[in-house]
Amino acid sequence: MSTAVRLPSAALGVRPTGRLRRRVRENITAYGLLCAALLCFAGFSWYPIVRGVLLSFQQVNFVTAPTWVGLENFQKLFADPQFWEAWVNTLLFTGLALVFGFAVPFAIAVLLNELRHGKAYFRLVVYLPVMLPPVVVALLWKWFYDPGPGLFNAALHAVGLPGLSWLDSPTTAMLSLVLVSTWANMGSATLIYLAALQTIPGDLYEAAELDGAGLWGRLRHVTIPQTRFALLVMLLLQIVATMQVFTEPYIMTGGGPGDSTVTVLLLLYKYAFFYNDFGTASALSLLLFVVLGVFGLFYVRLTRRAD
Amino acid sequence: MRTLVSESQLRTPRGKAVYWTVFVVVAVAFTAAFVFPLIWMVLGAMKTAPELARVPPTVLPQQANLGTYVEAWNFMSLAHFFLNTIIVVIGAWLVQLAVDVPAAYALSKLKPKLGNVVLGMMLATLMLPASALLVPTYLTITDVPLLGWNLVNNPLAIWLPGAANAFNIYLLKRFFDQIPGELIEASTLDGAGPIKTMVRVVLPLARPVLGVVSILSIVTAWKDFIWPLLVFSDPQAQTLSVALQRFAPDTPVNLLLAGLVLASVPTIVIFLIFQRNILAGLTAGSVKG
Repeated sequence: MSTAVRLPSAALGVRPTGRLRRRVRENITAYGLLCAALLCFAGFSWYPIVRGVLLSFQQVNFVTAPTWVGLENFQKLFADPQFWEAWVNTLLFTGLALVFGFAVPFAIAVLLNELRHGKAYFRLVVYLPVMLPPVVVALLWKWFYDPGPGLFNAALHAVGLPGLSWLDSPTTAMLSLVLVSTWANMGSATLIYLAALQTIPGDLYEAAELDGAGLWGRLRHVTIPQTRFALLVMLLLQIVATMQVFTEPYIMTGGGPGDSTVTVLLLLYKYAFFYNDFGTASALSLLLFVVLGVFGLFYVRLTRRAD
Repeated sequence: MRTLVSESQLRTPRGKAVYWTVFVVVAVAFTAAFVFPLIWMVLGAMKTAPELARVPPTVLPQQANLGTYVEAWNFMSLAHFFLNTIIVVIGAWLVQLAVDVPAAYALSKLKPKLGNVVLGMMLATLMLPASALLVPTYLTITDVPLLGWNLVNNPLAIWLPGAANAFNIYLLKRFFDQIPGELIEASTLDGAGPIKTMVRVVLPLARPVLGVVSILSIVTAWKDFIWPLLVFSDPQAQTLSVALQRFAPDTPVNLLLAGLVLASVPTIVIFLIFQRNILAGLTAGSVKG
């Protein structure tokens, strides 16, 4: 906000009315330009946030007015064995996705940063899967995972290994989903790390080398500390993103076999659109929001400090 | 530029040998991991259904059969769903620009009273996980407050919530902030109003950021699945992604693969053309070391 408005107009030697009128007119124009955005945010972002919280404590059936039910929705969730399974599965997915999706892109980025040739090609291809619609990726990999004529078992057989049942077995289904999602998403993380690596000043490596640091020493004492911020941010973003996994289990397993790949979002979808129990679905959203909100706050604090 | 390994180290015979070994391994691994699956998809779409059922699979199709694409196009009425998707995507893009550009301009250059509060409230929505809002936003779509519209099966159900995009506003505002105030003042002195100034002076300068926002919004809308799945309950209104997963269980594999290839073409083509802008947009948002 301009300080000029608050200064006594005499000090500026401007007629108060002209200045004020211009300021008012500018404000009107500004809010005129803002009004479409304000309406969209109000209707489809701010209002749903409030409504989501209220819905968590209500029962809605679209015939009569919503009724307040206190914590009943939450009690219903806690009594549902699938609720606990969904959280365990989601945490398992997030954990496994971190093992692959966090470490591997960083390693790849470090490696790519050392290469003096073909960088444009590597950057291009690692990002190709990111550009595919997630539905295409899920359906394509479902076909790859086919234990019969699928690509993966064919590859395993070709090198003399026994095939796996991939999506068809409760022990490997979740891992299969993690692989697909990592393949589809690691391009962004890799390229963001690569950009961060390129900001490391070369003299730091020189200095470390003069101090007698070997390859590992330089990696540990220069590369990783220098990219710590990018690593942390990506870690948080990835946790938030993977905990909302939906498309892969929805299309590839439908939550099965058994309940082995039911995730929180899949359960939420079921409550809302199979049972039409929007109150309980909202309660589940609220829980998810609280859990993810913690990571979100970390993220905000981190980026604030960097500014 | 100096990286982990120094140039002099690479120039030794041993360094050269290690470098080229690593290079070849990376080149082969990357091609196998990221290009081969796509080639396998394209090849699969050329095979016949019985050939696809064979164990072990054939590598090359026994006869390259491009007719599968035509057959898939007709079998799944892909023309219809492509058109649906194009309407949804282009509309989402235009509405986002029409709503977010003036808003960012007003917040950046006109600085109205409470502008910072508005901006803060918009940016706060970035922190919210999208999925936590699915249910209440869906209910809002079925009965828009004050207007009483039911937007289910209506592209507006994608367009309007899509315009409430804080990331766009953030990117645009940050760019507008860098445009020197003198330019705006000069234009004002010439007698142009704020809107004329925006259109004549600021927008031409903002072409790079408009490009990034446009590509991001088009690609995101094309890839979107969960929200279109919820709001398009009528099969005829569905987008390509939603329709493909609905058709998948009852479609012969070769036709489905052809459908997948066709559905991927637009984003891949956009990527190959606008690679530079897309990768710039990727790192524009947050992370700088």
